[in-house]
Amino acid sequence: MRQQAAIASKVFVQRDYSTGTTCQFQMKFLPELENRIDKQQFEETVRTLNNLYAEAEKIGGKSYLEGCLACLTAYTIFLCMETHYEKVLKKIAKYIQEQNDKIYAPRGMLITDPIERGLRVVSLTAARE
Amino acid sequence: MLPGGGGPMKDCEYSQIITRSSSTMESAHTSNTPRRKWEVFPGRNKFFCNGRIIMARQTGVFYFTLVLIVVTSGLFFAFDCPYLAVHITPAVPVIGGILFFFVMGTLLRTSFSDPGVLPRATAHEAADLESQIDVANGSSSVGYRPPPRTKEVTINGQSVKLKYCFTCKIFRPPRASHCSLCDNCVERFDHHCPWVGNCVGKRNYRFFYMFILSLSFLTIFIFAFVIAHVIHRSHQTGFLNALKDSPASVLEAVVCFFSVWSIVGLSGFHTYLISSNQTTNEDIKGSWSTKRGKENYNPYSHGNIVSNCCVALCGPIPPSLIDRRGFIQPDAPQSVAPSNGITMYGATQSHSNMAAATPLLQTDPHLASDEPPLPGKISLSAPCAPLPLGQPTPPSSTPNLSCDTTLSDMLPTREEQGGPHFLTPEEAPSPLGMLSSGSSLTHSHTMHVFNLASQDSLHEDSVRGLVKLSSV
Repeated sequence: MRQQAAIASKVFVQRDYSTGTTCQFQMKFLPELENRIDKQQFEETVRTLNNLYAEAEKIGGKSYLEGCLACLTAYTIFLCMETHYEKVLKKIAKYIQEQNDKIYAPRGMLITDPIERGLRVVSLTAARE
Repeated sequence: MLPGGGGPMKDCEYSQIITRSSSTMESAHTSNTPRRKWEVFPGRNKFFCNGRIIMARQTGVFYFTLVLIVVTSGLFFAFDCPYLAVHITPAVPVIGGILFFFVMGTLLRTSFSDPGVLPRATAHEAADLESQIDVANGSSSVGYRPPPRTKEVTINGQSVKLKYCFTCKIFRPPRASHCSLCDNCVERFDHHCPWVGNCVGKRNYRFFYMFILSLSFLTIFIFAFVIAHVIHRSHQTGFLNALKDSPASVLEAVVCFFSVWSIVGLSGFHTYLISSNQTTNEDIKGSWSTKRGKENYNPYSHGNIVSNCCVALCGPIPPSLIDRRGFIQPDAPQSVAPSNGITMYGATQSHSNMAAATPLLQTDPHLASDEPPLPGKISLSAPCAPLPLGQPTPPSSTPNLSCDTTLSDMLPTREEQGGPHFLTPEEAPSPLGMLSSGSSLTHSHTMHVFNLASQDSLHEDSVRGLVKLSSV
């Protein structure tokens, strides 16, 4: 019972597939969040996350170079260096940490990094004591 | 309070019960050594090297592939190369060696890497989805299989239906499919390949393609030079003597002759798929074919062949979503208990999850009452006639060109036949969805492709049977 009382109510921001299979989250402001956080703030957070994921999956000169180099070295190069995607994921983790510290924790909420949920949802947890 | 005689006896029993229960998954909490996540992975996969390597459960055919390639190449290097290096050019063994290493590298990379498995939903997520779906449906009576759930989204102007996976408790992203052999949802699922012992999906498709492409070159290379060797020798000693002097060449030639047709055919097929940015699944179902309607087009295609190829082969590799080597956190949300793919469990589990989660949901009254914040409408399709028998054989990358022709022959008949599980042929879990969506399996009563029931052994036998048939 104690554990259940401490477990928060969670709100899940689902994926937005309107542009394809790239990782984007819905900007829709969920009604459950109305009393807890500012709409602008929420949208800003989701928009930044979307931009970061778009940057991770960006197809351009740099990613092609990385792909070709990897292919030529029979993908052994990934033993030494991390992929562009992984670098951006680290950036995202830092951003989420920062957002939690500055904005959401003071309001009693926590954002879970979507990578821990298989990039399916951004989970907002309202912690209750 | 209890009589003295009963006391110790009772204690004995109690401790026995504890030991029994600790052998279940929940033992992660009670054991002292931290366990890694791969040890409690709910899918049907095998892990090696402490979680670094992930493969499907049946790996027999993979070992066969390895042996075939290694033995044939080994014979080539041992018996043909010495002669060829001297009489034709020493570049032959060098190029052969490079090709061989590339083939082995890509094969191992395809077989050992995570194809893009989607982790199952946590209990909270599943409950949240359930509540949204129940709100959309109204309540359905417990004890009968709930109707299949779909969600419609518009992707780049094209309407796509997302299906709910009862095993993984998620709405599958577009292009994802549930592999029944591995019991996982895989992103951009192409097919399950018994020859590499793994699924082919988003993360390892390019390795798979490189593998079959380089294997085609290797096979043609070995075949050509074995022939050259025999011919060259027969100029000096006569044909029969040449064959007697290098009997290994005969074996190699036979193996290569039979492989080249299937592997080159498969490479050609996948080259076509890459250039049109389709998965094997989508191609078989004709999802983006103009035969379905003039407005039908592939929303994932980048427009031209070059872009599609570049993206498929040189695009960024997404990271693995299943953290195989991470340690299990004692307070982390557990994913829903794995269903073993049998109908009843899917339905009852979802209900029990709902029951468990209700107290949580009640903490925030807004959660369940509002309309689901999903972009599309959640539509229901009524269950339909079971999948018809005589479904086309999926190539499942059995390197067999005849499979492709069988497929194209059977495609029209499959579409004519009655609605599969999810109402329309378009929604039919494709046969290549490899023995398909967990959703159809969990609900099934459906005799699935190849008349597979949801039994592992039957799956195994069928797949092996097919593999044997097609490997002739």
